[in-house]
Amino acid sequence: MTLLNQKQTSLEAAIAGIPDGASIMVGGFGSPGTPFALLDELLAQGQRHLTLIKNDANEPDIGIGRLIRAGRVDRLITSHIGLNRVAIEEMNQGRLAVEIHPQGLLAEKIRCAGAGHYGFLTDIGLDTEIAEGRREIECEGRTWAIEPAIHADVALVHADLADAYGNLIYRGTAINLNPLMAMAADHVIAQAFRVEPPGQLAPASIHTPCAFVSQVVQVDPATREQGRRAHAV
Amino acid sequence: MPSDQERILARAAREVVSGQVVNLGIGLPTRLFHYLPPRLEVLVHSENGVLGCQPLDHGASPDLEMIDSGGAYIDTRAGASVFDSALSFAMIRRRRVDLTFMGAFEVDQQGNLANWKIPGKFSPGIGGAMELAQKVETLVVLCSHNDKHGNPKILRRCRLPLTAPRCVSRIITEKAVMQVTDAGLEVVDIAEGLDVATLRAATEAELIVDERRLGRF
Repeated sequence: MTLLNQKQTSLEAAIAGIPDGASIMVGGFGSPGTPFALLDELLAQGQRHLTLIKNDANEPDIGIGRLIRAGRVDRLITSHIGLNRVAIEEMNQGRLAVEIHPQGLLAEKIRCAGAGHYGFLTDIGLDTEIAEGRREIECEGRTWAIEPAIHADVALVHADLADAYGNLIYRGTAINLNPLMAMAADHVIAQAFRVEPPGQLAPASIHTPCAFVSQVVQVDPATREQGRRAHAV
Repeated sequence: MPSDQERILARAAREVVSGQVVNLGIGLPTRLFHYLPPRLEVLVHSENGVLGCQPLDHGASPDLEMIDSGGAYIDTRAGASVFDSALSFAMIRRRRVDLTFMGAFEVDQQGNLANWKIPGKFSPGIGGAMELAQKVETLVVLCSHNDKHGNPKILRRCRLPLTAPRCVSRIITEKAVMQVTDAGLEVVDIAEGLDVATLRAATEAELIVDERRLGRF
C-alpha cells in the first residue's frame, strides 16, 4: 500500500499504473458516483483487454460507455445494461462478454471481498434461470447457493470530498457502490471534487477510511456534467 | 375517460397504507408517485440507496447526485436517508420493504412472475427485480391485461424465464384487480362497463369470480 503522505497524485500518474488486461471495479449507479475523470484518462492512455465490474454500462457516450465503444473492454460483470444500446449490440455480436448478476448479489459479492471473505450463502434466485451453473450446498437443513466474492486488481471510485491521506466522504446517491469497491480491490484510486489537507475532515463523517485507498486525485467538479441527462419523471 | 394506465395507477394508489415502506419498479409503477395523496406518510425506497425519495418539483433544477434507480433526478422528503447499494438490498432481503409494485411480461395464476428477459429479444439484465420479487411481503403487479398483439399476459403458467416463483400477491390491469389465493386467481374488482364473460375471454388464467362481491373501479 502507498504510504499515507504519498497518496495524492495526478490523474495521469494514477491511471498510468493500470496495465492491459486489468480487472477494474468502477463506482456509480447510473451517472452519480461514476468517476468520469478517471475513466476519461483511462480512455486517453489506451489500456486494452479490460474486465470491468460496474452496476450498469452507463450510456453509450459517457463513462464506461466510451471505453466499450472504443473496443477496450473484453468483459463486463454487471447487473443491467438497458440504458446502453451499444453495449447490448456488442454483447449480441459476441464482442463483449457480459456476466449478469442480480443487483443486490453483485453489491454483496463486492462487499464480501471487501470484508476479506471469499463468498457467502444465499437463497436469492433458487429455482430460477440464474441458479444454472451455481454450486448449491445443504446446510442447517436447507439448500443454499454459494456466491463467490468478487475481487479486482483496481477500483476506480468517486468521492465528493477527500483528504490527502485518502479518507473519503460520498454525497447523496453518488455513494452507491463506491464504498464497497473501495475495499474490494488491490489498488484503489479515488477521485474527489476537493482534496483537503489531513485534519480538515471530521473523523466521524468519514465513509471510507484512508487505509483502504491507494491514491487520491482532485478533479474538476465540472467533469460530473458528463452525466447530466434528460429525465422524464 | 381515463386512459388504461391512469385507471391502473388510480386503483393501485388505493393499495398503499400510510406508514408503509414502498418500492416502485421502473416504468409504469414509478408514475404511481403522482397518484399518492400528499398527506400519506410513506417512504419510497429506491434500489440504488434511498429511502424517502419523491419527484422533483416541476421546473426545479436537479441535484446531479440525487437519482432513483430508474435514473430520474429526485428530491427527498422528511424522514429520508441515503446509503450504499449493499445496505439497500439488505433492507430488501431482510423484508424491511413492505410493498412493491412491478411491471410484468407475464404473470400466472400461481403467482409466478416473468418480467426480466425475453430470450433472443430482450435481455438487458435483471437489476434488482429478482430480490424485490423474492423478498418483499406484498408484490402488486401493474400491467396491461393483454400484450400489444392482444395476447393474454395473465396466464395459467408463465412461459418466459421467471423473476421469482410464487411471489405475486395481487395483479392490477385496466380490466381487473385479481388476488392470488391458494384456490387460484380471484377477481376482486372489475373495470366499469366490463362484463365477466369479456374479462374471461381476454384472460388465459382461470378466474374465480363471485358476482355478489365483485367491486368496480
